[in-house]
Amino acid sequence: MTTTQDTTTPKEKTSGVTYTPEDGLLLEVEDLYVEFHTPDGIATAINGVSFDLHQGESLAILGESGSGKSVTAQAIMGILDMPPAVIPGGHIRYCGQDLLSMPEDQRRRTRGPEVSMIFQDALSSLNPVFPVGWQIAEMFRMHRGVNKSDALQQAIRLMERVQIPAARDRVKAYPHQFSGGMRQRIMIAMAIALDPAVLIADEPTTALDVTVQAQIMALLEELQQERQMGLILITHDLGVVADVADRIAVMYAGRFVEKADVVELYSAPAHPYTRGLLESIPRLDQKGQTLAAIGGLPPNLMRIPPGCPFNPRCRRAEDVCRRDRPELREVVPGRLAACHFAEEVINA
Amino acid sequence: MPEVILSAQDLVKHYPIRSGVLRRVAGQVKAVDGVSFDLHKGETLGIVGESGCGKSTLGRLLMRLEEPTSGKVIFGGEDWSGASGRKLRQMRRNIQIVFQDPYTSLNPRMTVGDIVGEPLEIHSDVVPKGGRRKRVQELLDLVGLNPEHINRYPHQFSGGQRQRIGIARGIALNPSVLVCDEPVSALDVSVQAQVVNLMEKLQDELGLAYVFIAHDLSVVRHISDRVGVMYLGRMAELGEEDEVYSRPTHPYTQALLSAVPVPDPTLRGKRDQIVLQGDVPSPANPPSGCRFHTRCWKAQEVCTIDEPELEMRPDGVGAHLSRCHFAEPRLILETVDVSDVEPDTRFAGTEVQDMSDLGSGLGAAGGGEDLGSSAADAGVERSSALHPDTDQAPQDTTRLVDEQPGDDRPTR
Repeated sequence: MTTTQDTTTPKEKTSGVTYTPEDGLLLEVEDLYVEFHTPDGIATAINGVSFDLHQGESLAILGESGSGKSVTAQAIMGILDMPPAVIPGGHIRYCGQDLLSMPEDQRRRTRGPEVSMIFQDALSSLNPVFPVGWQIAEMFRMHRGVNKSDALQQAIRLMERVQIPAARDRVKAYPHQFSGGMRQRIMIAMAIALDPAVLIADEPTTALDVTVQAQIMALLEELQQERQMGLILITHDLGVVADVADRIAVMYAGRFVEKADVVELYSAPAHPYTRGLLESIPRLDQKGQTLAAIGGLPPNLMRIPPGCPFNPRCRRAEDVCRRDRPELREVVPGRLAACHFAEEVINA
Repeated sequence: MPEVILSAQDLVKHYPIRSGVLRRVAGQVKAVDGVSFDLHKGETLGIVGESGCGKSTLGRLLMRLEEPTSGKVIFGGEDWSGASGRKLRQMRRNIQIVFQDPYTSLNPRMTVGDIVGEPLEIHSDVVPKGGRRKRVQELLDLVGLNPEHINRYPHQFSGGQRQRIGIARGIALNPSVLVCDEPVSALDVSVQAQVVNLMEKLQDELGLAYVFIAHDLSVVRHISDRVGVMYLGRMAELGEEDEVYSRPTHPYTQALLSAVPVPDPTLRGKRDQIVLQGDVPSPANPPSGCRFHTRCWKAQEVCTIDEPELEMRPDGVGAHLSRCHFAEPRLILETVDVSDVEPDTRFAGTEVQDMSDLGSGLGAAGGGEDLGSSAADAGVERSSALHPDTDQAPQDTTRLVDEQPGDDRPTR
C-alpha cells in the first residue's frame, strides 16, 4: 500500500490549509529521535538528526542497511508503525508547521499534495487487484474530489508524462502486467500527481537493472527541475548520489556523521566512515584498484557503543573516541562532520 | 596463457512453457541459447548482464544443477554433460558453486561445522573421518571466520559472515573452479569489499579459477581477468577486462557501461550517456536477427534478419569477440590505471579477516590504531583475545533493524 492514497477518508476534498515556504525553506528536521520498543529492548534507530530542505534542492541521505535512513523518511511521512516505533523527541516542520504535533487528519492532507514518497519495491507498493490507472486516479478523487472520468483522464496524462508508452491503452492494466521499470514510473506518477513540494525517494532504483536505473533517475531529475521540488534521495549507492544530489548527509547508526556539498565530500571526505566507504567501492573507471575494506559491521542499535559509534571499526580511533561522543560540527565552512579528528581526515 | 580447465561449448537451456489442461508445450523460454567460452586455470571470468539474460542459468549449467538442452561442458578434457552417479560426483569435486543469497542458501538447522563439512562427508575419501573437524576449522580460519564458531547456526552470523561460510563450503574439496553467482550483491557496500578481497586472496593462495556472475559492472571489472557480456541468453561481447571496458565494440556493452553511475560528482553531465529505450524483450520470444536490434540505435535492416556471429572484431588496438554487424570501439569512460596506488591504510584496511564482532558494540576496546592489523595477524587467537565474551548469546551478530519495518536492505 502506498501512503499517498488514503482510502480511510473518502470524503476529503481539498486540504483547506495553504503552506507557503519562507525563503524557499520547505522542510526542517530538528534533533529527531526514533526508537523501536521491542520485547528484547529499545533500539535507537535515529539518534538526533537535523537537516533542512529547500525548493529545487536534492539532498541525498546515504547509509547502509540499519543506518536509519529509511526510518528518517518514514518519520517525515508519518508512516512509521507506532508502536513499536516511538518518537521521543524532535521536530519535523513543513513550511514552518510542525508535522509531529499536527492532528492526524490535517497531517493526512499533507501526504500527497505537500510531501510524497516513492518506495523501493513498486510491486509490493502498488495494489495488485486494481488497475494502475485507477490507482493513480484515486489521488485526484480522494484529495481533489475530481469525478471518476476526469480523474482517469488526468491519470492518463500523468502516465504519458512519466513516459509510459501507449498510456491510454494501458491505463486499465494491472501492476503485474508491467515491467519493474514501468511499475516504478507508475509509482512516480502517483507520487507527483498532486504536485508535492517535497518528494522523498527511498532507494527508487535499487531493484532495477542498470539501464533502467539510468532512465528512472533521468526522469526523476527532469521532474524535479520542472516542478522545483525538494528531493530527498535515500540510497546506499555512492554512484547514484554522485550523479544526482546537490548535498549529501552520510548516516551511521542513526546519526549524521557527515554533511556536505557532494563535490566537496567526494574529493575530501571529513569522516573516516565516509572515507572508508569511498575507498571500499570498486570503480568502473579504474583498473588495478586495491579495495580497502572497513572491518566489522554497523553496531547493534540496542547496544550502540559509547563514544563515537564508529569507533570499534575505525582505525584512527583513540581513547577519546571511546569516551566522548563527537558532535556534528563545522570543520571548514559549509562542511559538517562528527569526528574528533575530522581536520586530519579532511586533509589526508 | 595457462591451460583451459573448463570449457562450455554451445550450451543451450530451454525451459518449456506449458499451457492448457493437457499441459502441452506452448513455447520455450530460451534462457541460455548457445554460449561458448573457455576458462583458464587460475583466472577469473566475469559474466555480466541484466536480469533475465541467462547468466545464473549458465552458472547452474556449468555445475550440472540444470541439465543442458544441448551443448557440452568440458572439464579437464572430459565431457561431463552426460555424466551421472559416481562420475558426476567425481566432477563436482572439482567445480563448486557459491550462491547469491546468504540468507537462504544455508540450511538453518545445520551448524556451520555441518554445513562446511557436508562436502567432506559426501566425498569421504578426501579427508579421513577423524580429521574432518580440524579441516573445517582450517577452512573457517582460511575465510576469516573464528574457528571456535564451528558449532553456531547460520542465523547467528551476519550476511557477510554467511557468505564466507558459503565460500568455505565451496572450497572444502579443493576444487579448481568456483562458480560464484552474485556472491556480493546482497551485501552492504562496506562488507562487499571484505568478501571481494577474501575471494582474491583465496584465488592467489589456492590457484582457483572463478566464473564470477554478477550484474554489478564495477565489481566484475575489479575482480575479472576476462569478461563476457550476456544479452537474452547469448554472449554479446567477450574479451579481456580492459578490452571490454575500455574499448567496447558492441552497442549493448556501450549502453550498459554508460548507464553505470560512477562515484565521482565531477563527471556529472560530462559522460557519454546512452539511454536505452524500453525493456529487455522476453526470452520466450526473442527478436529475430540480432537480439539487441529492438533497442539499438545502430540497427539497420540487416540486423533484423541476420544474426551476427560472435567473432573477433577490431577494437582499435587489437581485436576481441563481439556479436555486432557494425562493431566499432567507442570510449565510454576514460580508464585510470591505479595499480600502483596504495590505499591510505590510516582509515581503511585491506586485510581479509572477518571482524564483524567489532561493530556489534561488544568489542573490547584496546589495540587502538592497529586494531585491524593485529586482529588479522593473531588469526585463531584473535577473537578470544579481543572478546572475553565470545560465548555471548546469539543476538550479538543479528541486527535488530533487520526485523524492523524500516529494513532497507537492497533486494538484490
